[in-house]
Amino acid sequence: MVADTSAPTSKPSIGDYLKNNIREYGLLVALVVIMVFFQILTNGVLFRPVNITNLVLQNSFIVIMALGMLLIIVAGHIDLSVGSIVAFIGAISAIMLVKWGLPAIVVVPACLIVGAIMGAAQGYWVAYQKIPAFIVTLAGMLVFRGMTYVVLGGRPIGPFPKEFQILSTGFVPDFLYFLNPAPETIKNMVALVAVVVLVALAIWAGFRSRRINEAHGTENEPFVFFAIQMAVITVVALFIGFQLSTYRGLPNVLVVMGVLIALYSFVTTRSTVGRRIYAMGGNEKAAKLSGINTERLTFYTFANMGVLAALAGMIITARLNSATPKAGVGFELDVIAACFIGGASASGGVGKITGAVIGAFIMGVMNNGMSIMGIGIDYQQLIKGLVLLAAVFFDVYQKNKG
Amino acid sequence: MLPECLNMDNIILEMRSITKTFPGVKALDDVSFKVREGEIHALVGENGAGKSTLMKVLSGVYPAGTYEGEIHYDGELRRFATIADSEELGIIIIHQELALVPLLSIAENIFLGNEIATNGVIHWPQTFARTQELLRKVGLTEPPATLITDIGVGKQQLVEIAKALSKKVRLLILDEPTASLNERDSEALLKLLMEFRAQGMTSIIISHKLNEIKKVADKITILRDGGTVETLDCHKEDISEDRIIKGMVGRDMEDRYPPREPKIGENLLEVKNWNVFHQHHRDRQFLHDIHFNVRAGEVVGIAGLMGAGRTETAMSLFGKSWGHKITGEVFMRGKPVDVSTIPKAIDAGLAYVTEDRKHLGLVLMNNIKQNTTLSNLEAVSNNGIIDDHKETKVATDYRSKLRIRSHSIYQETVNLSGGNQQKVVLSKWLFTNPEVLILDEPTRGIDVGAKFEIYSIINQLAAEGKGILMISSEMPELLGTCDRIYVMNEGRIVAELSKEEASQESIMRAIMRSGEKH
Repeated sequence: MVADTSAPTSKPSIGDYLKNNIREYGLLVALVVIMVFFQILTNGVLFRPVNITNLVLQNSFIVIMALGMLLIIVAGHIDLSVGSIVAFIGAISAIMLVKWGLPAIVVVPACLIVGAIMGAAQGYWVAYQKIPAFIVTLAGMLVFRGMTYVVLGGRPIGPFPKEFQILSTGFVPDFLYFLNPAPETIKNMVALVAVVVLVALAIWAGFRSRRINEAHGTENEPFVFFAIQMAVITVVALFIGFQLSTYRGLPNVLVVMGVLIALYSFVTTRSTVGRRIYAMGGNEKAAKLSGINTERLTFYTFANMGVLAALAGMIITARLNSATPKAGVGFELDVIAACFIGGASASGGVGKITGAVIGAFIMGVMNNGMSIMGIGIDYQQLIKGLVLLAAVFFDVYQKNKG
Repeated sequence: MLPECLNMDNIILEMRSITKTFPGVKALDDVSFKVREGEIHALVGENGAGKSTLMKVLSGVYPAGTYEGEIHYDGELRRFATIADSEELGIIIIHQELALVPLLSIAENIFLGNEIATNGVIHWPQTFARTQELLRKVGLTEPPATLITDIGVGKQQLVEIAKALSKKVRLLILDEPTASLNERDSEALLKLLMEFRAQGMTSIIISHKLNEIKKVADKITILRDGGTVETLDCHKEDISEDRIIKGMVGRDMEDRYPPREPKIGENLLEVKNWNVFHQHHRDRQFLHDIHFNVRAGEVVGIAGLMGAGRTETAMSLFGKSWGHKITGEVFMRGKPVDVSTIPKAIDAGLAYVTEDRKHLGLVLMNNIKQNTTLSNLEAVSNNGIIDDHKETKVATDYRSKLRIRSHSIYQETVNLSGGNQQKVVLSKWLFTNPEVLILDEPTRGIDVGAKFEIYSIINQLAAEGKGILMISSEMPELLGTCDRIYVMNEGRIVAELSKEEASQESIMRAIMRSGEKH
């Protein structure tokens, strides 16, 4: 009892709360600051409807893969092969669609299954043979890239049928056009309605969870923070929704991405599988001794990554309208960087889906903003590297201070 | 038999009123310790008495400022900030776990961090020559280029000593040097120590093997519960092993253990012919024909020294989480059960509360709630979705039932004291609703008050009809809580003692006797 942190302590002050949660708010603030920064530097080009659409399309596959990568990193591993999986899936989808003439409805699920097998093949070595994931997926990266060259015979294949292209270049049709109050500015009513409904839902859910917490005597975040957070999200979401509605509406990819983000947030925070992955990454031996089948869990985590990489591969291929052997080179690094910028820990057990998504968008906005400004790829890489280091240093600094 | 030394009156080391506190425990309380130059001074005491901690204070592992009290060495007050500081003055400690790099050669290990080199380029001929010279002193004939992994533990121990000699050692400290050695190697090591004494070197030896201590020691200092009990002079009186044991265990049992009326029922767990081979040395049999049983409402203890195979028995039983080539039979309520994986062992009604709660028991970065439900998430979820409501209730209930002191169930377990961490681990296993709980060192590293609470929980579980198998290195604790005690030594059960037969002396005697047989 000598050093007991005993007895209910007094209610934490707002300052304490900010200090304890600085990572999470910091990330959101960083994204907003970077957005505003580039909005000014690009003379308002960043938030033009066309560019917002582009931003979403360009980053969707990074975000989608970051969802799976976050689980892998939380589990205490890494996957370097996703860029090569992207290329290989692109290649086989091209062969099935273009050369064999199979319909997209068959090809899409087939590709997802192949992705799962590729992930699982690596997961087997990591989980059951205990070979470090870094080595297994480094091998996978080379093997899958080589397979891509073999399958494509070194030449690009394209173009793709329309039904496949809509995966990444399509928009949700405007079935609510009759509600449109101002057809001159607003070109797509669905986008606007969807955003308004989602914002309303988010606010409702936020208040609901606060109420439930209160009923169970759980600490809530101070209302000021809740309010500011909600306000920022509302303003940003409504603004983006409005901008999108004045162009072509909601990209299909945005919808897919949104659904996946929601699904994976739910899995990580509410499901037993999610809980077990965090426990395993935090302390594998303790998790194992608690009766968790850590091998199987690791195996599935890699299979899941394969599926998401396959989906990303199809989206990229459809967008480029051509399968090339060099597709996806270096993507694994962007995906991993997004997770670490988003606060995941390299030693496992720590990380959030929202963090990884925001991390991906920070990278995406920087890429996009710097491209608009005409900064060369050389300096872009340099700046991105420094941002990654700064973000992780911020984590380490916070941890040591606390 | 013992050679008279030249300067026996010269006190080389004096530690005065050393007090060292860890979060939650006082490991050393006002310990004083005096060593004369040229003697072999034995330091004895039960596990957890504070021997190793005292030596870590001396060698600078715990730097000056992290403890209270004074260290006088060679007539001067010393404040060591690092191990290097104490090594510079010739104080060299050889730890129980050898600090050799297995895949480097003997020569490389001896001069690791202390290489014979000019501008960072190692002078190999000189290194090998020097190594050969040192090896000769400790009686080894291996070529200096031999890899550490290729020589036995006994020889590795001698390499450690050669390494100490290379650093101009004046005070050599050996922590359980013969614990993992066979008879012949132990004998050689002790002879070497006596040779060193003849040359005027001072040694402190920590050991459980009292017969060895009797053979070599000039003085024996006994520690108990972090305090000095007495220092015996082997030249003034004839010291028997019983005399030392009496000092180690003390006489007082006070009210450290809550009373209990045992209500013992049917046979719950029974293990027969349990044979296990070593996890790493795969052709070495580690556990031999282990057999025991635990009945409902009964608290059964397993006593033994470190390395006797108690933890290994428990872990091999719990889903084969230790060892390999495991054979034997396990029965629950008379029916054979399959315990070959951890989930199966849990289903069979077993729970294993580890001795190493930080590494094997808790996910430290997770909070109390998450740790509590980890082994039985199914019970708080529907179709894989966790019912937050239910989970919160379960965690809150256990928190108040076991009186876990924390500001909420959302506190990370890394920030809890040892006793409260242990209660979280207990909560986790109680939530799986086991029939038999195996508690491995349940009170290690926690303070007296929290220990009493843990004992009370054990009593309550027994009263509810659960079977408890308790492994402990603290004999008073076993005697105070158990209805029956098995004694283990060197991978075998060497005695089964009823509550009436069991005493610290009878346990120690059983261990010593079996040790001499093998």
